[in-house]
Amino acid sequence: MSDPIIQIQKVNKWFGDFQVLKEIDLEVKSKEKIVVCGPSGSGKSTLIRCINRLEEHQKGSIIIDGTEISEDTKNIEQVRAEVGMVFQQFNLFPHLSILDNCTLAPIWVKKMSKKDAEALATEHLEKVQIIDQAQKFPGQLSGGQQQRAAIARALCMEPKIMLFDEPTSALDPEMIKEVLDVMVNLAKQGMTMIVVTHEMGFAKEVADQMIFMDEGMIVEKATTKDFFANPKSDRTKLFLSQIL
Amino acid sequence: MNINNFNLSKPKHQKNRNITLIIGVLLFSLGILDFCLNNFQNKNITFFLPGLISFFTPLIFAVTGLYFVRIEFSGIKILDKLNKNINTSNFNATLSTCIILLIIFALPPLLNWFIFDANISGDTKEACTGGGACWVYIKVWFNRFMYGMYPNAEQWRINVTFIAVLAFMGVGFFVPSKLRNYLSFYYTILLPIISFILIYYIISGGSFGLVWVETGAWGGLSLTFMVSFFSLIFCFPLGMMLALGRRSNLPVVKYSSLSFIEFWRGVPLITVLFMSAVMFPMFLPEGTYIDKLIRVVVAITLFEAAYTAEVIRGGLQALPRGQYDAAKSLGMGYWRMHIFVILPQALKLVIPGIANTFLALIKDTPLIFVVGLLEVVGMLNLAKTNPKWLGFSMEGYVFAGIIFWIICFSMSKYSQKLELKYKTDR
Repeated sequence: MSDPIIQIQKVNKWFGDFQVLKEIDLEVKSKEKIVVCGPSGSGKSTLIRCINRLEEHQKGSIIIDGTEISEDTKNIEQVRAEVGMVFQQFNLFPHLSILDNCTLAPIWVKKMSKKDAEALATEHLEKVQIIDQAQKFPGQLSGGQQQRAAIARALCMEPKIMLFDEPTSALDPEMIKEVLDVMVNLAKQGMTMIVVTHEMGFAKEVADQMIFMDEGMIVEKATTKDFFANPKSDRTKLFLSQIL
Repeated sequence: MNINNFNLSKPKHQKNRNITLIIGVLLFSLGILDFCLNNFQNKNITFFLPGLISFFTPLIFAVTGLYFVRIEFSGIKILDKLNKNINTSNFNATLSTCIILLIIFALPPLLNWFIFDANISGDTKEACTGGGACWVYIKVWFNRFMYGMYPNAEQWRINVTFIAVLAFMGVGFFVPSKLRNYLSFYYTILLPIISFILIYYIISGGSFGLVWVETGAWGGLSLTFMVSFFSLIFCFPLGMMLALGRRSNLPVVKYSSLSFIEFWRGVPLITVLFMSAVMFPMFLPEGTYIDKLIRVVVAITLFEAAYTAEVIRGGLQALPRGQYDAAKSLGMGYWRMHIFVILPQALKLVIPGIANTFLALIKDTPLIFVVGLLEVVGMLNLAKTNPKWLGFSMEGYVFAGIIFWIICFSMSKYSQKLELKYKTDR
């Protein structure tokens, strides 16, 4: 637990006139797990999308593993290759089989040989327990299976950091567990994770730190134990009373 | 549940069913018979009725007949099928009857014109004695319609070249899967070059002991194929680039693509062709000469590329943003993202639109007559003004129509096959 792997300093972002992120400061150490929660429209998704530059921030600095995210496209691609992301809507590539979804980036971005990439993909697909679906297309899989495939696809790039943007919000209740199980396993293996989620059970089990965001600001940041036992701000208390 | 319903709607008395069935069939046949007699024998069996009613009796008889025949689950397979397809309601029955009567009305004269009264033997105008089509005309001019003014003795060169190009096109089906990735490169770059060389040395000639034949003498269907072939091959990648360019973030790329597309979409093809032939040479330095045919192919390519671009852009815009996000989050840059993730999906979506544009392109090729190139329709126009063969434009246009229909229909079928092949969602 030495240097922070993600350093976010005084980040501001506007969509037109509307300020979505206000003076965000955040440090994440290697192997730390952070859960971000808050009402919708509070900027939590935007924050993690800024970390791999799917959104641009206008002020402040974001440094990932020693690389500052800036206009420079080379930096961005380098950072993205190190930061995996899982989306609410899975966003698997529907024209490719699950296996090809997983091997595409390793082959063409990391220049891996096809054989190595397939071995790697097989390994990760086994980890998320959908190796038997490898030859199918995303459209033939259930939501939970698709999301696990998406996690495997991100892992195939062997990222140092994983971002989860509400990974279970688009799933049927009975499929949420299979995805959360995969994420818990991943956490136990020591991945650095930032998770935007409303699954408080998962947060209690896995998170080192909790962040509560509202109206573009970090309202409360505390260790998981403190966050649930004695939240400081009233806004957090209200939110927790509604969600728990 | 289903089985109960089935039993309920079944007629209770088998006897009744048969009687209504017989009445229905009789009435329907009576209607048809009345119509046929009216049309072909000039006899009106309902002459005793007032004019308007008498005119509609075939329709009334046939529709009433169909009404009687409309028995649900009659147990007769053919009847059930007919009822389900052309006889679901009174309205449907009326429409079906109208269509049947129309076919009876139109088919015999058409067949007479096409086959029974037509002439095909002989090789002069005088051989056409029947009242139908004079296929002799097509037969005599067939070579011209296929090869234009290309010298008869040299026409084997066109055949050889076409067979060779077809063979090179067919190579794609036999390559080992290892080389599959290079296929698009082969089809968009190598194949046109190979074809161009073949056409240049064999059809155009001038070396290897082959007589030189100027492009002005080329024509007929073979010219249609040549122009369409090159235009199709080139307009697709160009259109793709323009579509990407129009969505680019770089202002220079964006606005040059935009103005290119809007320019070419805004002018009629016929003016473009005319300018390519008449105005373009004026801008060339003295002494340089670009062949008319090449200029025309370039003009059509640019013109159709603008349309293709807009079709492809439609596909690009139909993709959800998440696909871009996912590709970016995996570290793919602009080109890798588009080549592996965006374009394969977008192009799949726009296969119907692309097929549409391509068909339009093929059917636009006759316009090259404005620069003096006579493909199949151009040759027809020329032939019909021949003093020895005046008065056969109908046969000519029907012939051209059939040829274009065959080409376009097979392309359309092929595009449907492609759609099915790339369908991955279920």
